[in-house]
Amino acid sequence: MSKDPLPVHVLDVLIVDDEAGMRAGAERSLEGFSVPLPDFSETVAFSVRSAATGEEALTSLKTKSPDILLLDYKLPDMTGIDVLAASGGDFLTIMITAFASLEVAVTATKRGAFDFLAKPFTPEELRATISKAARSIYLHRKARKLEEEKRQVRFEFISVLAHELKSPLAAVEGYMHLMKERLKGPELAAYDSMLERSVVRIGGMRKLVMDLLDLTRLESGKKTRAIEPVDLVKAAGLIMENVAALAVSRKVTVELKAPPELVITADPGEMDMIMSNLLTNAVKYNKEGGRATLELARAGDAATIRCSDTGIGMTEEELAKLFGEFVRMKNEHTRNIDGSGLGLSILKKVVKLYGGEVKVQSKYGEGTTFELTLKDAPVPAVTGS
Amino acid sequence: MTDKNKMKILVVEDDPDMMEQMKVYLESENYEVVSASTQKQAELLIKPGAFSAAVLDLMMENPDSGFVLSHKIKKMDARLPVIIVTSVTKETGFYFDKAHDPKDWIKADAIIHKELRFEQLKAELKRLLGGSGGHE
Repeated sequence: MSKDPLPVHVLDVLIVDDEAGMRAGAERSLEGFSVPLPDFSETVAFSVRSAATGEEALTSLKTKSPDILLLDYKLPDMTGIDVLAASGGDFLTIMITAFASLEVAVTATKRGAFDFLAKPFTPEELRATISKAARSIYLHRKARKLEEEKRQVRFEFISVLAHELKSPLAAVEGYMHLMKERLKGPELAAYDSMLERSVVRIGGMRKLVMDLLDLTRLESGKKTRAIEPVDLVKAAGLIMENVAALAVSRKVTVELKAPPELVITADPGEMDMIMSNLLTNAVKYNKEGGRATLELARAGDAATIRCSDTGIGMTEEELAKLFGEFVRMKNEHTRNIDGSGLGLSILKKVVKLYGGEVKVQSKYGEGTTFELTLKDAPVPAVTGS
Repeated sequence: MTDKNKMKILVVEDDPDMMEQMKVYLESENYEVVSASTQKQAELLIKPGAFSAAVLDLMMENPDSGFVLSHKIKKMDARLPVIIVTSVTKETGFYFDKAHDPKDWIKADAIIHKELRFEQLKAELKRLLGGSGGHE
């Protein structure tokens, strides 16, 4: 029942001490010593180099930066602090000092020392300190990797965003150019369709910017929320009215299936956003003569919102990336459908605020069903009586 | 309203706004526009005598739609001028440099970048169709 041994990674340790016995002792203590780090799926072992003076240490540091520097404070030609000041590598320093004075500790820490080891120390003490250092190195590396990944995601987000804004901008700019050149003659009426399209594309940009603001507010947790009892059925009724014109133009029938009343403790704006987003999508991504149905129900301590359509549906591949930012399904059916590509990404984040989840079922060419469960939001503590 | 004196230009572009703008622009230059919004639609329009030049968007339903159409047009009539409109350089960082002039390996007579399309388009069409282009 033995587990596979973790892969071994060797950390480079440089010991700087003028006492030969100390150097040899430290080397012996670390020989064959290893620290298993199951959290990082690795075992750490150590290879040891040594230097007897400050100068030697600096040369050694310049040749190859170690992972860990064991540095004596009192060296024949300079202090350990001087060594730290003169070297600027990316290593973790452990100060060895015979007199653990506060002053030395403070200065050394300012210079980036990670830990102290008081002389004389036992092999166990050295190993404990080195283990701690190894763990710290791994934590730092992991944090740096996460930070780098985050930076990459942010960069991609910005680059896609720029692209999404560029295309309507280019369209409007093009129309403006044609109008400026009076390419369709002096009559304003001749430019009606250009103006119409410009307004549509600017509207799209506005929606994108608004959705982006929503998204950043949600992610930073800075969204101001008004939590109160909301009748979802009443709210859904208003959304049905708002979507009616779009539904007529797309020749899609919309219907609401709900009890007479369904009250949930929530932010009314968020509820509107969720239902409006679902129903608008169900109409937009539908077929002529299709149907979009919004169903509301109470299931125990949660409210269920289900929105189904008889639309174009999605392939498995499309379903897999549905909630990503700026994901817009591009195929022959969706060519003329506008959208910011942020709607569902926002929706999922809002649903999370209600401890809920989003389920999607879809069949290509037949339709899609979204099902959300939302729990009552905790009512913020009321101050006063 | 077909005018026998006007030269017909096949424009293939999947962005409805770009298509509309291209059309207005070319019509103001006295060309007649035959349009298609997909590679598939355009393929049906490639017939002898159907147009005097073609302006093709590069990326449509396939990332190489423009190349494919260009190839088909040139196979039908190698003398027909073909202009490919693209923003591929800007979007992918994929450069068409001088050492690898795309005109050598893509069968097109000119590659123009979307940002500069109108003035460049006019100049290229005049160059490729000769003299005053569509003007009577």
